[in-house]
Amino acid sequence: MEKLLLLGDEAFAQGAIDAGVSGAYGYPGTPSTEIIMYFQKNKEAIEKDIHRVWSCNEKTAMETALGMSYAGKRAIVTMKHVGVNVAADGFVNSALTGANGGLIVAVGDDPSMHSSQCEQDSRFYAKFSLLPLLEPSNQQEAYDMAFYGFELSEKFELPVMVRFPTRLAHSRAGIERREKRLEFNKISLPEDKTRFVLLPLIARKRYKLLLEKQEALVEVSENSPYNVYTDGKDKSMGIIACGLTYNYLMENYPDGCPYPVLKISQYPLPKKHIQKMFSECESVLVLEEGQPLVEEQLRGFLDNGKLIKGRMDGTLPRDGELNPDHVGKALGLKIEEGMNIPNSIVPRPPAFCLGCPHSDSFNALKVIIEKYGKGHVFSDIGCYTMGVLPPYNAIDTCVCMGAAITLAKGAADAGLFPSIAVIGDSTFSHSGMTGLLDCVNENTNMVIIILDNETTAMTGGQNSSGLGKLEAICESMGVNPEHIRVCTPLKKNHDELVKIYKEEIDYQGISVIIPRRECVQTMTRRNKNLLNTKSSEGNTTAETGGK
Amino acid sequence: MKLDIILSGVGGQGILSISTIIGAAAVKKGLFLKQAEVHGMSQRGGEVQSHLRISDKPIYADLIPKGKANLIISVEPMESLRYLPFLRKDGWLITNTKPFVNISNYPPIEEILNDVKKVPQHIIIEADKIAKEMGSAQVMNIVMLGAASEFMTIEIEDLKDAIKKVFGSKGDKVVEMNLLAFEKGKEYSLEHKK
Repeated sequence: MEKLLLLGDEAFAQGAIDAGVSGAYGYPGTPSTEIIMYFQKNKEAIEKDIHRVWSCNEKTAMETALGMSYAGKRAIVTMKHVGVNVAADGFVNSALTGANGGLIVAVGDDPSMHSSQCEQDSRFYAKFSLLPLLEPSNQQEAYDMAFYGFELSEKFELPVMVRFPTRLAHSRAGIERREKRLEFNKISLPEDKTRFVLLPLIARKRYKLLLEKQEALVEVSENSPYNVYTDGKDKSMGIIACGLTYNYLMENYPDGCPYPVLKISQYPLPKKHIQKMFSECESVLVLEEGQPLVEEQLRGFLDNGKLIKGRMDGTLPRDGELNPDHVGKALGLKIEEGMNIPNSIVPRPPAFCLGCPHSDSFNALKVIIEKYGKGHVFSDIGCYTMGVLPPYNAIDTCVCMGAAITLAKGAADAGLFPSIAVIGDSTFSHSGMTGLLDCVNENTNMVIIILDNETTAMTGGQNSSGLGKLEAICESMGVNPEHIRVCTPLKKNHDELVKIYKEEIDYQGISVIIPRRECVQTMTRRNKNLLNTKSSEGNTTAETGGK
Repeated sequence: MKLDIILSGVGGQGILSISTIIGAAAVKKGLFLKQAEVHGMSQRGGEVQSHLRISDKPIYADLIPKGKANLIISVEPMESLRYLPFLRKDGWLITNTKPFVNISNYPPIEEILNDVKKVPQHIIIEADKIAKEMGSAQVMNIVMLGAASEFMTIEIEDLKDAIKKVFGSKGDKVVEMNLLAFEKGKEYSLEHKK
């Protein structure tokens, strides 16, 4: 059978479909977005009617997936690394309730921050929640680990985290599908009728049980097909290669590595393998994508044992993603140097698309900034964060999802005037709404500008869960309807926008301005799809979501 | 057989359509393939590149090590130079001439092309112009693919079959247009490679 050419994200999604998943939940976030997108365009997922709709945020996604697992069915939930922070309440506690139907939390990590505000390493979440974690090293493993992850989850009655760094999530390779595929689970409730009730007296028992499972989890890791010890002749050094880094190691040794190598793709760490390496090798090199989680554990607080090399002693860079050249250098190998980049070359940062509605909204905002000076505009995560770049230089903060509104409120509480929040429609429905309620409850003197391009644009145009409901949401939360102002960000409306901004800044209390115009990217795609669907029945409708 | 290619351009120029065709040709031959793409923020008009690796043996890294790329194919001239550290000493740089100017400090195009000419093995092709003369600006990418095909260890017929497969659903006219674009690019390289 011809191999399927799939991204790491897509390979996992195909694996989950073949392994009998009943529901896929998530919030878009680079590099995890393509998992759910695959469900939405995949013919089998549509025919089998696997639940495949974007959630409001990672917390609602996590909990909904846990609910499906409670009912006995297999579920996955996807998010980017910082999304785990949003989902953490449900995620950490799901270790205590445990899973019933297989439950996989698939997380895209973004070392080097290609499209993120930090490079936190999700393995820490699995570790401190005491949950098993799988870290595929290639696309085939990403596919296979959907089967393996569900099996592990159902065997131990625990959620399993699977970690996808950018370079795996967004890289394609040929995948062989399994012939034997699994059917959906039937609805079946947990035998223990109280285990999902985390009342302290039950939670304490559940926590002890979770602790008791740890030894068995280590044992499974030691016997895992994904944790492989390969002996080598040269015992001056042993190499621990976690996940993706195994590829960078082997890229440097196409004819085989002379040192013993422990490839790790399943956690908790396989103790026996590590003990063997420590007893047989003079030193140990640790390769891991992200933060030095394994290296730190092996060094211990005093770091007075065996010679360990890695990210913490400068053998490898302390931050950023690794690549074959970093690893080659750490191995003391000669690195090829290509030609230098000529001096004439200048950086080309991302920018608003031609005709982007945000540019019109920011052009109007510039007039306000000219009047009051810098330091009044609190913004958020999305395409519009690029408003910080010239020629706009329009925003002063971008911290985390939803924080535009709450930071602006704090500054307004401190007496800053004007205090302006600039947030996108999808980010508003993700976690801006609760902040708005805080503002309404105190009638805080500030302005919230919800840039409504009617989509989740940065990640490629996924449905925005507040679509068509923004005014109703704001009004129902208690914003005075007279101070919910909708306008169309177009060049010809520049003066009108400025006027509305000014009026609402002068109003004493909370007001919401909604500049609304469709993202030019989704508009182009929609028009293209319309043309395509006229000629053939494709998968094009899937992009608008499932059921 | 081992072929490492860097594709480069600006977000939104559609460099992935080139790798989709090369990928389809490679998979049909049963070759191994890895293709690292850029998604997310950079797609918004920023610098984008794709690492495409093809081999008859399993490939480990999704990223090409420095100094190992056989080819750089760039649909934008300045972007062709950004990835020079990846090019092998005997590698070819194939670039389109039309600058994509979305920054205020874009260097003079003569300066860029002079730097391209300093690369020992290069092809500078007016792919946009050729595509427009054919009456379809959209086939610029396929002109580039044709120009690069001269330097790939992939059979020309396999690439043509892949073009037919990838554009098949869009009708015979689109397929014909793309095959012609491929030929034009290929001819240009034949004439201009030393």
